[in-house]
Amino acid sequence: MAESRPSLVLKEYRTLSEIRGPLIFLNRAAGIAYQEVVRITDPDGVMRLGRVLEVSGNHGVIQVFIGTAGLDLKRTRVRFMGDVARLDVSPAMLGRVLDGAGQPLDGGPPIVPAASLDINGSPINPAVRAHPSEFIQTGISAIDGLNTLTRGQKLPIFTLSGLPANELAAQIAAQARVSGPSGQAETEPFAVVFAAIGITHREVTFFTEAFQASGTAERTVVFINRADDPSIMRLYTARAALTTAEYLAFVHDQHVLVIMTDMTNYCEALREVAAAREEVPGRRGYPGYLYSDLASLYERAGRIRGRRGSITQLVILTMPDDDITHPIPDLTGYITEGQIVLSRDLHRKGVYPPIDVLPSLSRQMKAGIGEGKTRADHAPVAAELYALYARGRDLRRLIAIIGEAALSDEDRLILDFADRFEREFVGQGQTNRTIDETLDLAWELMAMLPRDLLTRIPERMLQQRVWAEPDDTERAR
Amino acid sequence: MSNKGRIIRVAGPVVGAVGLSFPRLYDVVRVGHLGLIGEVIRLAGDRTTIQVYEETAGLRLGEPVISTGQPLVVQLGPGLLGQIYDGLQRPLTRLSEISGQFIERGVDAFPLATDVPWPFAPRVQVGDAVGPGDVLGVVPETPVIEHRVMVPVGVRGRVSAIADGPLTVRDVAAVIDVGCGQLREIRLVQTWPVRQPRPVQAKLDADEPLITGTRVIDAFFPVAKGGAAIIPGGFGTGKTVVEQSLARWSDVDVVIYVGCGERGNEIADVLEEFPRSIDPYTGEPLMNRTVLIANTSNMPVAAREASIYTGITIAEYYRDMGYDVLLLADSTSRWGEALREISGRLEEIPGEEGYPAYLAARLSEFYERAGRVRCLGTGRDASGGNPVPRIGSLTLVGAVSPPGGDFSEPITQGSMRVAGAFWALSYDLSRRRHFPAISWTQSYSLYPLKRWYSRHVARDWSDLVGEAIALLQRADELEEIVQLVGPEALSDNEHLLLMIAQMIREGFLHQSAFEGEDRYCPLEKTYWMLKAFITFYHRGRRMLDAGQGLDAVRALPARAALARLKEEPAENAATSIKALVDQLVEGDA
Repeated sequence: MAESRPSLVLKEYRTLSEIRGPLIFLNRAAGIAYQEVVRITDPDGVMRLGRVLEVSGNHGVIQVFIGTAGLDLKRTRVRFMGDVARLDVSPAMLGRVLDGAGQPLDGGPPIVPAASLDINGSPINPAVRAHPSEFIQTGISAIDGLNTLTRGQKLPIFTLSGLPANELAAQIAAQARVSGPSGQAETEPFAVVFAAIGITHREVTFFTEAFQASGTAERTVVFINRADDPSIMRLYTARAALTTAEYLAFVHDQHVLVIMTDMTNYCEALREVAAAREEVPGRRGYPGYLYSDLASLYERAGRIRGRRGSITQLVILTMPDDDITHPIPDLTGYITEGQIVLSRDLHRKGVYPPIDVLPSLSRQMKAGIGEGKTRADHAPVAAELYALYARGRDLRRLIAIIGEAALSDEDRLILDFADRFEREFVGQGQTNRTIDETLDLAWELMAMLPRDLLTRIPERMLQQRVWAEPDDTERAR
Repeated sequence: MSNKGRIIRVAGPVVGAVGLSFPRLYDVVRVGHLGLIGEVIRLAGDRTTIQVYEETAGLRLGEPVISTGQPLVVQLGPGLLGQIYDGLQRPLTRLSEISGQFIERGVDAFPLATDVPWPFAPRVQVGDAVGPGDVLGVVPETPVIEHRVMVPVGVRGRVSAIADGPLTVRDVAAVIDVGCGQLREIRLVQTWPVRQPRPVQAKLDADEPLITGTRVIDAFFPVAKGGAAIIPGGFGTGKTVVEQSLARWSDVDVVIYVGCGERGNEIADVLEEFPRSIDPYTGEPLMNRTVLIANTSNMPVAAREASIYTGITIAEYYRDMGYDVLLLADSTSRWGEALREISGRLEEIPGEEGYPAYLAARLSEFYERAGRVRCLGTGRDASGGNPVPRIGSLTLVGAVSPPGGDFSEPITQGSMRVAGAFWALSYDLSRRRHFPAISWTQSYSLYPLKRWYSRHVARDWSDLVGEAIALLQRADELEEIVQLVGPEALSDNEHLLLMIAQMIREGFLHQSAFEGEDRYCPLEKTYWMLKAFITFYHRGRRMLDAGQGLDAVRALPARAALARLKEEPAENAATSIKALVDQLVEGDA
């Protein structure tokens, strides 16, 4: 936006009229631009950054990134920088730990910019997007087998307080590979951009140690905004991470996996700003534009035709009060291409990863599986597992009321199947399974059941499998 | 006086300006040095409030605002089909050639290719009297659609010149003497303001179903051609998949697909799939009958609002040529939310859940643009001589994304009041991967289509459908009883009913949108499948009456055959399933 940059000398204003929450209100500020970055110098001469949220008449509303504590109306000076917020980026960011403004937190030297990019980015032209269809093998059966992830997809993990979502994310970051057409994993792993948004020191330590231990650290850029850092910076940490990811993916042809945690903290920061501006609140006090704002982040995932790189997003969010209809998970689910939902119930049973496959979904799955990508039997096997497990769960509810005595033999088999499915298929622990191992395990579990229960699998595929029980037709009768 | 003003306020997509001389409501203005496209949405004294269709970051107080004096219009002419536009009808493929993979601001391009010569074949002669809607000539826009160049609304007179041969969209196709020595030049491309419905001679009753190839819709809850249907459902319940199936398999001539505030990757999917997919009715690639409007969720919010109107105006244009048109809007909730966001920025007093009080009115206006109509102008019969009325239809299907899947919210409720078919998607079904997850208990269709079905498919169509729906509802009630007191409380007849209901759910209602034979089910196959399930049920009832137990029914070989009817090839479905039905009937003998 070079053309909108004013050539005049940068003016300084001392016309603050009000300070409210994270916002300052400025009078007699002609010629300021919407979303312009400002420098605020407090009475002690210390500088902090802010951004224009609204301009009207001759006054402006400015959001101060690191908070307004210590500012006053008389002596605080504001200078407009003539540009929107930018981030300095460079391939040398890999292996570094930075804050939301791109300043080093690891004691290293500042990033020497190769480019300086608008942190808001621009929307990818839908006409040049390539449809995500390359299977990513995460090594986790509940994902690879039933909710397959593809390169360029955005998939959130809906977790609950106290569940091991971070462990799962770190495991995926370490294990994720793209399978070549022959089914062998490509040697080239993902570059990881990790945005820690308002998480605790303990969680930050967990991730840095996990990245070190798995050897992921040197191909990772970490952006950190801790729980005790200014909440407004959470809005920028997410954007800085995505701007870096776009740069690595679309300028340097890398396959980037972006992990953002925890989006609930991000949304709360957004609500804080909206409340300070006295905006008309939407559901649960979140602003009416929460959907658009989240979309401006999530939609930065994808692939572009003719470019090698890609951005895959894995977003963690904690469902407040275990409620999936809360606006944060709800709006997220409407934007992302599916969701992985964790379950407290499975966690209590000691199942890791505690993925509840029934409400989980990957919308790109159909494009990423099948002959030539995973295996021809992948889709029908997944459909069958879902149908059988769903039936098993219904039966469990039933026996809780009427007792096990009322069940038929077929019902009992399905119950056993559901138990083994949870324990063996989902509850794989820290192992890393290939897609073949995942699908073979599925067949092994289905072999417990009489063959005509498997209605979602085409006849010819059933015939191809050597059935464990030759007399299954007799049993069904 | 000038048509130039200056910016005095910027808040998100809403910009305030002063100094415009005669701004009219809904005039298009160019905002700032970048010339961002905006629309006047409120006037108060000297102050003009504008919603800007592009990102406003960087706009400065005092920057100029220039009025074009024109409302937001779409360009209508040959070359629309197969294109992908944003909400303001900017051609996205052209934009990517101009500004690269990311959409930059202030970039514009003409929506239609201006250098393509279209072979124009006249349908009138010099001296003919013509009026609005009359066809001046045709061009073969795609192998399946003949583009009819019509006399614009408000023009009546005698043809004083007519072209013949190749024309680009900006060339004059005809000159019409409108009297008093005035001549009007008619080009291949015409414009129409998006917020104004295109006029028709008369609205007609909608009495023919839109055949979709999706069994649960065609059999249980059909929408009429010219009707309106809504698909509400929480996230992950399959709205987009249903909409895409409709776009693929519906028996219409033209499909307008509006991706309003949805996912970019889904648009990419459509863009990759549709040129490759074959329309079962014409054997041509689907893209030849499709226009895509893509305003993804990260594109500016105000343009999301415009995208719905851009789409429906293009749809009406093809309807006016006498075609059956289907407009798919995914999702109308994003449009409603855009209204809410703009309304909030205007500091209007909110109605329910923060939506503006005029939400319901806007929804009704939109859905009422659907209809089966007698178009303006007259067509000619095959011999080219006698005038016959031209009939077109515009069917509207809107997806709704209610927060938390709760249908009591304002957009679902507002849409339900005006749409005649309601396809409720159920979380419960989608979680067990029963797709399409259209609930058979909550959905309904108000269109009187029984007569059409009994005349064109089979006499007993309505009876079969009625019996199947009643059976499924009864099964749901019985299942509740089982949940409370256990299965022993049921009689054999009730057990049979539960078994049949499950067979119908899995063998008939469940349908894969993606794979193989089953993704498109012709009406004849739908009928024979349904007939087979109901016949099996009757057979089972007779066996129970005759004292044979439930196990005997379960052991009928037809049971397994029914579960696999879906895989039966459509060409010989009628004969093979009919044989099964006959066998079931004869089984008693």
